[in-house]
Amino acid sequence: MSFLEYRIKTAPTGLRKVLHLNWPLVLLITAVSSVGFLMLYSISGGRIEVWAEPQMKRFGVGMALMFIVAFTPIWFWRNMSVLAYLVSLALLLVVEFFGRVGMGAQRWIELGPLVLQPSEMMKFTLVMMLAAYYDWLDPKKVSRPLWVLLPVVLTVVPTILVLMQPNLGTSIMLLLAGAAVMFCAGVSFWYFAGVAGLAGSAIFGVFYFRGTPWQFLHDYQYRRIDTFLDPTADPLGAGYNIIQAQIALGSGGWAGKGFMQGTQSRLNFLPEKHTDFIFTTLAEEFGFVGAFSLLALYAGIIAFCVISALQNRDRYSQLLILGVAANLFFYIAVNLSMVMGMAPVVGVPLPLLSYGGSAMLVLLVGFGLVQSAHVHRPR
Amino acid sequence: MRRTPRDTEESARKIRRRALLMGGAMAGFVAVLGGRMRYLQIDQADEFRLLAEENRINIRLIPPARGLILDRNGKLIAGNEQNYRVVITREAAGDVELVLKRLATIVPLTEDEIGKTLKEVERRSSFVPITVADRLSWDDFSKISINAPTLPGVTPEVGLSRVYPLDSDFAHVVGYVGPVSEKDLAGIENPDPVLQIPKFQIGKIGVERWQEDVLRGHAGQKRIEVNHVGRVMRELERQEGTPGANIRLTIDADIQNFAQVRLGEESAAAVAMDVQNGDILAIASAPSFDPNLFVRGISQADYSVLMENDHRPLANKAVQGAYPPGSTFKMVTGLAALAAGAITPQTSVYCPGHYEVGTRRFHCWKRGGHGTVALNDALGQSCDVYFYDIAQRVGIDKIAEMGRLLGLGQRHALPMSAITDGVMPDKAWKQQRYGQDWRVGDTINASIGQGYVLASPLQLAVMAARIASGRAVEPRLIHMVDNTPVAVAEAAVLPVEPGFLDGVRRGMYEVMNGARGTAKSSRIADDSLLMAGKTGTAQVRNISTAERASGVVSNDQLPWERRDHALFVCYAPYDNPRVAVSVVVEHGGGGSTVAAPIARDILLRCLTGGIPPLSAYPAAQRGRIETQFKEMKLRDTGEAAPVKSRA
Repeated sequence: MSFLEYRIKTAPTGLRKVLHLNWPLVLLITAVSSVGFLMLYSISGGRIEVWAEPQMKRFGVGMALMFIVAFTPIWFWRNMSVLAYLVSLALLLVVEFFGRVGMGAQRWIELGPLVLQPSEMMKFTLVMMLAAYYDWLDPKKVSRPLWVLLPVVLTVVPTILVLMQPNLGTSIMLLLAGAAVMFCAGVSFWYFAGVAGLAGSAIFGVFYFRGTPWQFLHDYQYRRIDTFLDPTADPLGAGYNIIQAQIALGSGGWAGKGFMQGTQSRLNFLPEKHTDFIFTTLAEEFGFVGAFSLLALYAGIIAFCVISALQNRDRYSQLLILGVAANLFFYIAVNLSMVMGMAPVVGVPLPLLSYGGSAMLVLLVGFGLVQSAHVHRPR
Repeated sequence: MRRTPRDTEESARKIRRRALLMGGAMAGFVAVLGGRMRYLQIDQADEFRLLAEENRINIRLIPPARGLILDRNGKLIAGNEQNYRVVITREAAGDVELVLKRLATIVPLTEDEIGKTLKEVERRSSFVPITVADRLSWDDFSKISINAPTLPGVTPEVGLSRVYPLDSDFAHVVGYVGPVSEKDLAGIENPDPVLQIPKFQIGKIGVERWQEDVLRGHAGQKRIEVNHVGRVMRELERQEGTPGANIRLTIDADIQNFAQVRLGEESAAAVAMDVQNGDILAIASAPSFDPNLFVRGISQADYSVLMENDHRPLANKAVQGAYPPGSTFKMVTGLAALAAGAITPQTSVYCPGHYEVGTRRFHCWKRGGHGTVALNDALGQSCDVYFYDIAQRVGIDKIAEMGRLLGLGQRHALPMSAITDGVMPDKAWKQQRYGQDWRVGDTINASIGQGYVLASPLQLAVMAARIASGRAVEPRLIHMVDNTPVAVAEAAVLPVEPGFLDGVRRGMYEVMNGARGTAKSSRIADDSLLMAGKTGTAQVRNISTAERASGVVSNDQLPWERRDHALFVCYAPYDNPRVAVSVVVEHGGGGSTVAAPIARDILLRCLTGGIPPLSAYPAAQRGRIETQFKEMKLRDTGEAAPVKSRA
């Protein structure tokens, strides 16, 4: 059965699409986001207008976008993949030269009232691009060096651009997302082993050249690594954030201190608690029960994505869904590892919870793609 | 490119395999995250909970209210005053400069003060309150309160500060408090943590210092919740401290004021004490100063004025001043001779106006001599030669022993600073002090309270009280602590034959009431209050040979600092002694003309419980005395404070 045949015969049309949406996924996303609104409300000391309300508005817009994207046939998005990737890449170049500086890094461009973060867009356009690439590529050629090199270049170019902003967190995410799609597409394990070896050497190089004019990372990034290795060495300086985050987490105990009762959060001992460290407030106020439930919700989202990919027979759809799921997973994994003291503090938000416009919108659009692939799957 | 369905199916299977692998890895990592959560939130929860509590909870001390110092009737000497001040916080004020300018139109603020505040505000965190003005009047304070809406960030505050309502009257007795200094802390073995409170006041001198432990009380505690920058969010728990105990002095504030005013601008000191129990009724030192200046932080200018004054207002002359007692010492010499059996009260000595030892000639103050005198006349007319003679017979060591018995040459423990020991010399003392043998001339000089002998006004009052009562009374200053009287044991009887004491007392009676008594013009006319006393005029310079030839230059013609000290000791009533008084007027001239009238007034003030009635004075003096009292600017010492007892 050719690609063209099945889509005409079996894909639902019109309002029937609504019935074929992956509703558990929608519910899980809404549930996690609602936890986010609750936490933002708590963190702002019970004022909804500070963070919770803007976040809810964004969620509303994002959900609308998700449905629009979901109802648009997946083959349309497949055809748009290359264009979307190129536009993102162009925007990345634009921020590189004309971007606004925020938080010590160039990340945004302002288009009237719209603040655009091209690195966020790139997260999913890269996935789309690679999925389309592997959909096009003969599966037999997947592990041939030349055909491996091409997706590597497609991944590394935007990664470098993001790293130059500099935004270490997002560039790592891009790299991991690219690798995940390639892995799922069936690229030989040996490549991954080779890259892992290379990465090891690179990490060695990063430390080896530290303090020389050729050092790879910013001083603050080096300090973050130092702090990770021994946060107690500088409890009032660089280690302060991570120590306070763990105190907040740990002091939550089994059931937490209660909604809006988190002392670490309310008295501002927690850093960036409405963005990257939002999980610590949750864990402090709702304890292990709350924190573990959130983890379960996230696991549910990822599981539904993976199941959806397993049910799908279309390569583009499968890889797209897995790419989005992997991306989500990496964000969650890195963020939680970071706040729980298992990984260095790289600026990575917690998806759907952390306050922030672009990330929320882009993620929901990503879920729109997943839904579209789900709705329009070959039957 | 065309693909066969088999291709698609096969590649889809491959993707599924990889997807399952990836999903498995993800699930594994999620389990790791869950494990870490469990470790932090369940295994380590207690430890982190403790750390979180340490983060947010601070313990602050609440300074205790300092105990009051009252006079024997409960009148306030040292109290705690509401101190009105305004503070400003930057975050609430917004434009601090503008707000301060507005504030300056309401209360007096100099450009300089505004500048200082601005600098301080910039330096500190935005939520830290900075004191703009201290010790505001109630008027200014209420004006600020009324204008509060136009003064964002400005908060009027009330604290407690020490105040001395009777200012200079008790400056030397009670002393003053001031902020704890590094030096203070260094001197304390195990400092009370309350001393670390910024600007906490502790006693610096006088009763405030020596009764610090009683007055301070114990600090309370409050547990407060702070945020990450230390801003106080709320109070969690409060434990009030214990205020310091109130102290009642033995001093009567009215008598003290009377004595202080009576001494006037002289550089002088006076002590009045109860001869039976040693209660100090008044202990004045003039000139004095306002201790409130020191509490507020004295300005350099004010301090210079005090330091440069040649009358030394900062010195507490009553206990710190050591003066040659002059003829007031003659009772010691007389008693020593009687006790040693060297003389009887009837033993007489011929006074030709001088006394010769070897080739040296010692003069009597009366050039022509007193003729034949026994103890009674020798004291009454203060004949020097008589005492030269009997001192030779008894020897310095016996005299020194008697001096010490009467309270000289030793420190009387009062809660005051830098109390002098005085000097009661004997042979051993001179050997130790100067490495020289005691000479006959030294005894001669000592016999009339010159030479090495030094005594403070306090010691002289103790001497008079002991002669009057025949008991070893010790002076005391603390009457009650928190309404509990301080126990005072009855003083031991002096180991001196009562008859000998009577002999000396009669001599002192003669000084006042004898026809030729040296202080007869200062006698008390009231028969029930008859007075006994002894004058003293102490030389502060050596009389030169030239002066000996041409006659001693009279005091009036000398510069102030070279004139004689005027001294006087006394007690009354003669037949039933109650109060002893000593007066020293530095460079005042004659004891009989300068010191005795002051001593009589103070004595009468103690005995009559008010301004002395004119009837107590000899008729001829009443007019002058009346004018003198009218001109005295006595203070209204106020009502006795209602005494709150500690719960």
